[in-house]
Amino acid sequence: MRKYTPKDNVQGKAYYTDRFWVAPRVPRQVVEDEHFKAVVEALGERVKEAYVEINNLVLHIDATQNYAVLETLKDTCGYKVCSEISAVDYLAKEGEFEIFYQMLNLDKAKRVRVVCRLKKGLAIESVVPLFKSANFAEREMYDMFGIKANNHPFLKRILMPDDWEGHPLLKTYPLQGDEFASWYEVDKIFGKAYRDIIGPENRDPARIERYDTKRFSRVGYEVSFDTDISGGETKTEIEYSSTFLTDYNTGTKQLDKRK
Amino acid sequence: MQVTNKLTPFFENLNFERDDNMMVINFGPQHPSAHGQLRLVLELDGELVTKAYPDIGYLHRGIEKMAENMTYNEFLPTTDRLDYIASTSNNYAYALAVEKLIGLEVPRRAQVIRTMLLELNRIISHLFFLATHALDVGAMSIFLYAFREREFAMDLMEDYCGARLTHSAVRIGGVPLDLPDGWLENLTIYLDKLPQNIKMYEDLLTENRIWKMRLEDVGTLSPEDAMSWGCSGVMLRGSGIPYDIRKEEPYELYSELDFDIPISQSCDSLGRYKLYMEEMRQSKRILEQLIKMYPQTEQKLMAHAPQYISAPKEEIMTQNYALMQHFVLVTQGMRPPKGEVYVPTESPKGELGFYIKSEGEPYAYRLKCRAPSFYHTGLLQEILVGTYIADVVTIIGSTNIVFGEVDR
Repeated sequence: MRKYTPKDNVQGKAYYTDRFWVAPRVPRQVVEDEHFKAVVEALGERVKEAYVEINNLVLHIDATQNYAVLETLKDTCGYKVCSEISAVDYLAKEGEFEIFYQMLNLDKAKRVRVVCRLKKGLAIESVVPLFKSANFAEREMYDMFGIKANNHPFLKRILMPDDWEGHPLLKTYPLQGDEFASWYEVDKIFGKAYRDIIGPENRDPARIERYDTKRFSRVGYEVSFDTDISGGETKTEIEYSSTFLTDYNTGTKQLDKRK
Repeated sequence: MQVTNKLTPFFENLNFERDDNMMVINFGPQHPSAHGQLRLVLELDGELVTKAYPDIGYLHRGIEKMAENMTYNEFLPTTDRLDYIASTSNNYAYALAVEKLIGLEVPRRAQVIRTMLLELNRIISHLFFLATHALDVGAMSIFLYAFREREFAMDLMEDYCGARLTHSAVRIGGVPLDLPDGWLENLTIYLDKLPQNIKMYEDLLTENRIWKMRLEDVGTLSPEDAMSWGCSGVMLRGSGIPYDIRKEEPYELYSELDFDIPISQSCDSLGRYKLYMEEMRQSKRILEQLIKMYPQTEQKLMAHAPQYISAPKEEIMTQNYALMQHFVLVTQGMRPPKGEVYVPTESPKGELGFYIKSEGEPYAYRLKCRAPSFYHTGLLQEILVGTYIADVVTIIGSTNIVFGEVDR
């Protein structure tokens, strides 16, 4: 039977994992810092889980409350900068995205990461009215994962072309691109009918075209530029320079055989 | 209207002469002062910009996608291609994030060398900023002078790691090499000459009438907007907010070093230019302290954590177990613990941070590169409105965006 390859995650995987190996976990610390405690208190019920992981306070919230939570963080806790918004794809395992907002308090030099889970197909409320930096960040999130942000002023693809199909950072999207990606330019410029004429993109830098006499020539079978050799070519005797008088074909190393 | 057919497809919906007498023009992506691959669609009323739309993605290589398909060590040279003007800061930010994730202590000599490289890179990057910014604004000679200085600094980088632009001089867990003989002496010679060169640039520019006319009160950014747009680095300090990650959230040796954070209250391009000049002087100060620190360190360069980082070559060649661990690390890659980390660093452009989500596999489950230039490009859509087209070039130059980092 052929080996089954999962289609829901086509990213790089370890080819071997010890069956007894259990991955350790980065310790999640209880919130002890005074400032962080105040943050958790200010948010109250809306925080589902709070812990400190590597200097960052991580707050798990409900995806519907993202706007209210960030508003409280901005207005009462002093988190005036939203330095990053992005998502993690957990569609294969849990059927949802994890969206995180990386917040920064400039006065206290503290960082909070607000994390929420969003089911596939749902949209999240845009935080552009609070943080203008979310404008580009949410557009990138939409471009890369297809997560829509409601009430975003201009939700449009940002890094990929506007007419692109698929969202590149999904786990189902292969690194080399899908079929659409490989024919994108051909389809767009010439039309799908030209796929056969133009042929697939050559991604092998060392590829040799056997019958292409424009760019390649065969030792011992040289022909003039752009000759049609599909019917075979005639052997040309190799002429060696008379000054050196070296005929490699007579030595132990046969040029013909090495070819 | 544009006539479309299969060979000249209807790529963009652009009408050059419109009913409302506004003109829409494309600034870039081939414009020499568009800093690489920025396409800026500007709507103009005469010479006044009424709308600006930065269109990015012309240099998108999917570096975050590549990170999910590469082991942690494999990915490190790829980070060079983010901010290619100061690649050590990218290497370092990535290495630091992974080190925080696995909880590594880096030997002191490696820390000294790393901080030296970071600061030397800051000088290189700021000189590049000065050169291109002055060239954009119209001061040709500064470009030649600043590039000459930058060449000497890049020679120092080359002496250390063999590369001039894509250094990969930092490894996860330390640095691969010790400083070569005579490197510190050369660095001292370079640093001794630097202040008089900076003074020369300032003599040429700071009081120059044309320079002041082009930069003063151009690209004004209020502190509220700077925070709201997620600005960092000089863009933030240029608006009067004294926030430098090296001081506020110190990493590496910055907590032990003595340096000042210059800030500017003028909120304009001229203020930012002055900050860049001052930061170069501060980098020189830091480097001089590091030169003194270097001889007091032990010779160890890589952290000892055989589970994650290969043992020194000598041990691999003599001890069987070290060889086995090295083999596993090379063929499978290191497996950091499960968890997530976000580590900010102060790159020459601003806050460069790496968010890494690890599922305990040799491949990162998700890696997000928080690039300062990305957010500074987003800012352009607001800051350019209401300025004149001649100032557009100044403002883009002043934001100091690098497109390797914007598009990733």
